[in-house]
Amino acid sequence: MVRAVEGSGVMRADLLVEPVAGCDEALAVVDGFDRALAGGLLRPRAGADVALAALADAVGGTPLGPLVTEAAEKAGAGVAGEEDLVALAGARVAILGSVHDALVARLDEATWRTREVWPGAGEVTQQSANLLAAARSWLADVARVGWHGMDHELVAGAAPVVSVMLPDTGLRRLATLLDGFAAELAASCPGATLERVPVRRWADLWSRAMLLTEPGAAGSRTVTGAGPADVVAAAGSSSTTATVTGRLLPLGIDLHEHATAVQAQIHAVLEPADGGAPRLVRASVSVPKPDTVVGMGVWQLLRPHMSLIAAFSEGRAMDLADMPITAEGDLRWSDDKARRSEPADPFAAARLVLPTATAACTAPLARHPARIAELVFLEGYKVADGVLELSGGRLVLDTDRIPEASPLTPELVRASTSCIGLVRWDAGTFTLQPLAVEAPVKKKATAVHAGAWAGGTADKEGVQAEKAAAEAVTVLRERAGKLLRK
Amino acid sequence: MSEWEELSGVRVLPAARPRKLAKVPFVELADGRLQGVVSSGSDIERVYVSSVAAGDFAFACSTNNNRPCGGVRGAFCKHIEAMIDEAVVQYGGQRVARYLHVDLGSMAPNATDIRSLMDQVRPSASAAKPAAQVFSRFLRHLAYLELEPTTEPLPELQWFAPSRAAV
Ligand SMILES: [Zn+2]
Repeated sequence: MVRAVEGSGVMRADLLVEPVAGCDEALAVVDGFDRALAGGLLRPRAGADVALAALADAVGGTPLGPLVTEAAEKAGAGVAGEEDLVALAGARVAILGSVHDALVARLDEATWRTREVWPGAGEVTQQSANLLAAARSWLADVARVGWHGMDHELVAGAAPVVSVMLPDTGLRRLATLLDGFAAELAASCPGATLERVPVRRWADLWSRAMLLTEPGAAGSRTVTGAGPADVVAAAGSSSTTATVTGRLLPLGIDLHEHATAVQAQIHAVLEPADGGAPRLVRASVSVPKPDTVVGMGVWQLLRPHMSLIAAFSEGRAMDLADMPITAEGDLRWSDDKARRSEPADPFAAARLVLPTATAACTAPLARHPARIAELVFLEGYKVADGVLELSGGRLVLDTDRIPEASPLTPELVRASTSCIGLVRWDAGTFTLQPLAVEAPVKKKATAVHAGAWAGGTADKEGVQAEKAAAEAVTVLRERAGKLLRK
Repeated sequence: MSEWEELSGVRVLPAARPRKLAKVPFVELADGRLQGVVSSGSDIERVYVSSVAAGDFAFACSTNNNRPCGGVRGAFCKHIEAMIDEAVVQYGGQRVARYLHVDLGSMAPNATDIRSLMDQVRPSASAAKPAAQVFSRFLRHLAYLELEPTTEPLPELQWFAPSRAAV
């Protein structure tokens, strides 16, 4: 808190181009494991045993140590069981968690941000053990053959598990992950002919899915022993007993999507009614979708399920009353606990309230560099060659993450004078994903939001896209009405 | 490892491109085939299930009740042609050609050229009859519209960024 008061509030981007101690070494261990996984653990490649032993060494001083050592030995000999694979996945997640922590600490230093500490255990969610076991069995089969050994038949094995899981929203997290992961694998089959493999990405997705097959991993509970299930479960999601009341100022919308799922995540600042420090929070809404619903169609699917989307599009704040919130700063949104409030300018909130806001921390199991999406406000920068330069540092612009149905364009970002965005990190580089910019449009400074069309639009191009997307969904619903209820 | 291999957020699959769905409500590249469901021009209740295999382009077309398509005699019928055309709209010609192992050489990846390149191989009717399987995949696809939304955060979707850039 002291640091936030003392700080000038201007981001120290110079800190973001300096190396973070220990990261390269940790990532080298991860890379070794990832290559072993790529080659398959049934017949480990030459050198796989060394890479696996290095993974075990890296977590040697933690409660996972003995389990991972045993798992690494078995995997190196090609005889790893499912529990061993979970232990290896856990070790990889733990190492990347430490990289995450180092990167977030650096980011907090650069942004003068104060962050809460993890409060510890919370609730246990009940999930079907059979379905989790089926998912784990598929993931284990995939690990045994590796990316280069997979074929259509093996990959297709995920579909029946996913189909049964999806209707249960308690299993949605794992089901959605498996669905997106399996689609990528299916499109890359047969693995034997793959020219290149997204080695870290698929190992990320595999290891996260593997951990989510531990009963309770998507919730959390107290540590009762030192088995992998306990370590994993204690580090899962977060307690939900807390609620918040106050004014919510939405600053920007981040969209995530794969072929058959979409999620909108609204980044906002909450001003508690009790006068406490403002908090950085998120509100999320997600839904599975057919792969032909794209562009404006995804906003149409999400729109009816969260009143905050309309409020954001109208440039309004919302008043929350007793809205549940997790320790990760995720609101568990329910429309009946939110009321439309006064108009609120996101850029004014970004300038005045964001610098004083406290950030939440990430649940231990969820820590990973790819999870970093830190809300920032920047101005006084220059944009050249896809890089934003400021205060002796630079951030690579990730304009690719701007949704397709959006008035925000890379050109507007290039011409912008200020920006609300998310700082991310991937493969050694901090990047900036623009959520909104102020830029001259017809010589007039105008705020343009990536998620401006989320709630609907009067823009000519947008209206056409709305119509086409609505038609596509109508065709599918008509077919579904005829065929699914026969 | 190369930088591409080290990216957690690398986009492996581009999003489908928007297209009109009335004529061909469903296409997919799956199980080593391009397969899909094509509306009958005359009967709203009837659909054709069409497929073309990667590699040898072995093809099949029948109604969802397993009646053979009258137009599929020794060559692609109009349903298969419509399916290929729509697949090229949805996935782009490059991805369709790559999946089916159509060697484009220096040709542009448009639907007409992809079809004529497959024609040159004189593909034959498929021994496998995947209609039932494809149709059930279509039903599964439609069922996605009926699933409940949730406001519980799905942290793993951070790995799945939307993409403006065609891959
Ligand atoms: Zn036909």
